[in-house]
Amino acid sequence: MNMELSRRHFLKSAGAGVAGTAIGAFGFGGIEEAHASSVRAFKLITMVETRNTCPYCSVACGIITYSKGDLRKGETAELIHVEGDVDHPTNRGTLCPKGAALLDFAKSETRLKYPMVRKPGSDKFERISWEAALDRIARHLKDDRDRNFVAKNNEGVTVNRWTTTGFLGASATTNETAFVTYKVVRSAGMLVFDNQARV
Amino acid sequence: MTNSWTDIQNTDLVVIMGGNAAEAHPCGFKWVTEAKANRGAKLIVVDPRFTRSASVADVYAPIRQGTDIAFLLGVIRHCIATDRIQWEYTKAFTNASYLVKDGFTYADGLFTGYDEQKRDYDRREWEYQIGPDGFALVDETLQHPRCVWNLLKAHVDQYTPELVERICGTPKAKFLQVAGMIAETSSPQKAMTSMYALGWTQHSKGSQNIRAMAMLQLLLGNIGIRGGGMNALRGHSNIQGLTDVGLMSNMLPGYLTLPTEKEVDLPTYMGSRGFKPLRPNQVSYWQNYGKFFVSLMKALYGPAATKDNNWAFDYLPKLDVPAYDILRAFEMMNEGKMTGYVCQGFNPMQSFPNRTKITSALSKLKFLVTMDPLETETSRFWENHGEYNPVDPKSIGTEVFQLPTTCFAEDEGALVNSGRWLQWHWPGATPPGEARNDIWIMAQLHLRLKALYAKEGGAFPDPILNVHWPYHDKNEPEPAEVAKELNGYVVETVADPADPTKVLLEKGKQVASFGVLRDDGTTACGCWIYAGSFTEAGNIMARRDNADPSGAGMHANWSFSWPANRRILYNRASADRDGKAWDPSRKIIEWDGAKWAGIDVPDIPPTAKPREVGPFIMNPEGVSRLFARGMMREGPFPVHYEPFEAPIANVIAPKIRGNPASRVFKNDMAAFGDAAEFPYAATSYRLTEHFHYWTKHVWVNAVLQPEFFVEISEELAREKGIVLGGWVRVWSKRGSVKAKAVVTKRIRPLICDGKAVHVVGIPIHWGFTGVAKKGWNPNMLGPFVGDANIETPEFKAFLVNIEATTPPGAVA
Repeated sequence: MNMELSRRHFLKSAGAGVAGTAIGAFGFGGIEEAHASSVRAFKLITMVETRNTCPYCSVACGIITYSKGDLRKGETAELIHVEGDVDHPTNRGTLCPKGAALLDFAKSETRLKYPMVRKPGSDKFERISWEAALDRIARHLKDDRDRNFVAKNNEGVTVNRWTTTGFLGASATTNETAFVTYKVVRSAGMLVFDNQARV
Repeated sequence: MTNSWTDIQNTDLVVIMGGNAAEAHPCGFKWVTEAKANRGAKLIVVDPRFTRSASVADVYAPIRQGTDIAFLLGVIRHCIATDRIQWEYTKAFTNASYLVKDGFTYADGLFTGYDEQKRDYDRREWEYQIGPDGFALVDETLQHPRCVWNLLKAHVDQYTPELVERICGTPKAKFLQVAGMIAETSSPQKAMTSMYALGWTQHSKGSQNIRAMAMLQLLLGNIGIRGGGMNALRGHSNIQGLTDVGLMSNMLPGYLTLPTEKEVDLPTYMGSRGFKPLRPNQVSYWQNYGKFFVSLMKALYGPAATKDNNWAFDYLPKLDVPAYDILRAFEMMNEGKMTGYVCQGFNPMQSFPNRTKITSALSKLKFLVTMDPLETETSRFWENHGEYNPVDPKSIGTEVFQLPTTCFAEDEGALVNSGRWLQWHWPGATPPGEARNDIWIMAQLHLRLKALYAKEGGAFPDPILNVHWPYHDKNEPEPAEVAKELNGYVVETVADPADPTKVLLEKGKQVASFGVLRDDGTTACGCWIYAGSFTEAGNIMARRDNADPSGAGMHANWSFSWPANRRILYNRASADRDGKAWDPSRKIIEWDGAKWAGIDVPDIPPTAKPREVGPFIMNPEGVSRLFARGMMREGPFPVHYEPFEAPIANVIAPKIRGNPASRVFKNDMAAFGDAAEFPYAATSYRLTEHFHYWTKHVWVNAVLQPEFFVEISEELAREKGIVLGGWVRVWSKRGSVKAKAVVTKRIRPLICDGKAVHVVGIPIHWGFTGVAKKGWNPNMLGPFVGDANIETPEFKAFLVNIEATTPPGAVA
């Protein structure tokens, strides 16, 4: 990843160059310099830029996210701004009405923050810890698998399938998530397995 | 897509049919604009609605939804009748000259071998005549009455412009104008691109819609060339990748397939995947299936996959039905035959047809798990939201776990765009609250299951205990580690057979390409088509050199394009029989006397001689297929079938309802409506301000298009006493919704078989979660039936009724 010559640094140095040229050309060095220093710096200069792609449709426009805080330094990073990546060959910096509003997706008030459980017959979700939720789901999975796993069919052929629990893959997760998911789902013998491409 | 987004700039004619790129793929549509502005390219839009794509088209032709095959077979007939065929391409690069078995026939909408009870065919006669040498018989003069060319000519003959008008409602003059423009691209110097999306897939014959256009493109010589191709505009950012990696009931990664229970052992399984060439000298690349399969099993099961246990063949579940697709899953669930379900970033309560049935099915589960960055209707299906979700929580016994996940800004990895580019992205933000990424969640579930089996034993624990998990932090595999597995690596050092002192493949190194994969367990590869994406040179998907020295939009050093960084599939077909470009201004690769070379990675072995080796190397024929043999469930040629719910009977086969080979569950057949009760032809679509159900949660987008509406014509509004902005009720045999009416000139009545057909347009988006106003979604109304081959639901053509009504919440 070439993060060294980022666009923000380029703008910064290019700005200084333009000021320098103007000073030389017009001979008002002191005044121009004083004026240049009075202009407030572009706020995004203090942000951390990261290359990303839009998670919506498969045009996969290049985007740049701007965050306060640097994840690579172990800091907490808050998303502040998202814009089109002008270097990207497909979208060349443009975004559609959905991509342009991505910040509101990442920071939506209905983003989920905690694992929740809804008990049978209940009319509400309740907080549950990750540990408790994952333990209970794993228990459900194993109990059902042990009860309904089919090792051999009626002809005595080894079929090793499990069809009473199903899994739906996502549409916007990464290839790497997909492969880990594949390993977990298939090794359990699950056949009721599909992804968003179906619809 | 066979081509890329940036390649669209090279076209002369864009046909948008079965999609609406200007609204659904706006930043990709820019390449249509470039082609129009810089090359004088023309744009044709064929759609039931006058969309924003249509508003910038050179020609707009209206069509009734669900009749695309009649239209396209009509265009093929027109090209044949006016001799606008790319003859050299058709003769050399398609199976036009292949002879078909005498037993194959077609009459009254059905092919040989139909069984009405099973709604299926015996497809044995849909095959080539095979000679004593084991190769298919051909007649290069195209004179033989059984050659594909003559069968095709006879098959399309009935689709006259008059019949097209009668079925599709497209005025004859408009149809002929479109057909004439398309036919002009039979010139080797002209290219046409087909841009389509869910407008073609969401039909009970979606696969055949696409086949019909692919056949047309082959006859015109438009496949494999710059500015040509069949370009599926995928809807989501990584459904291409999820499909590549095989997250479907019957798939293994890289388009390998899971065994059925009839394939009782590895030799039987491999026996039907031998792919012996059907003509002399052909590549038939799937002959390498064994190498990809064994390397996959090594990636999945590591040391536990050995030659002695047939590479862990028994670890794979065996299918007893073609697939456990989503429709079958919810049918089983509704029958009480399922216990649990996990939805990872997926919202079936909005996405799947007949929502009443979906709710009923989910209510019968013991447990449901959702993993999503946002609230979904699915995770709250049990919650009462008045008339938007009229359920009684007390009566629903499902235990529901809602797990919060990261979103794009907070995770790392590769997504595959529509043009097959694997683009890497990096995290830039901290997830909110306790949200975690999906890899961590899946790892946690796996490790817990593994621990339970290690402790308690249970049903066939072997594959769970032996899954290859070579990650330095078992709890959270790193994306780069997994990407390396997908690319493939060397398991054991392989010596060079020509010189044993030399090493061919060195243990622990990443493989450079799928060409080196082996079937002896010495290589591992998670997805063979991704080989080359993460090599010893590093993460190729992260490359960001946007240079385009050829000016052709190739961008060869931007990210990685599967397979083998190839940007245009079938590019060998961009050159004639002798290897010279059909059009020098469109050159991709050419034969230089010794090898293939040019601006893209050749889609043919580099030293394969022209005239000997055909360009369609994945097919055992070496050519493309106008006649699909027994590979499509409803026929080797497309046929016009009406949607299961259609406003008129099928004029070419009045007794046939829908696609005769589509699977229909018993109760769903009874839930189809008829035109007498539901006279209006409904269709669904997405608005440019929205992305499916996600943007209900995004304030800006919720404001831009705030309220659920349906679109109808001024004529229908007058007939039904409906006014612009007034409330209407729209109902099908399966459900009912209320919406604001948009009365518009964008939709006009179509005259089909002498009858006025009114179209009702129903956008997708609204539900009962998020910051947007509450509303309904067309899946309240859509029929529970899918495409005969791949079971994509028929959301694009069904029947409804409509009337003026009172606002939601008011007393009627």
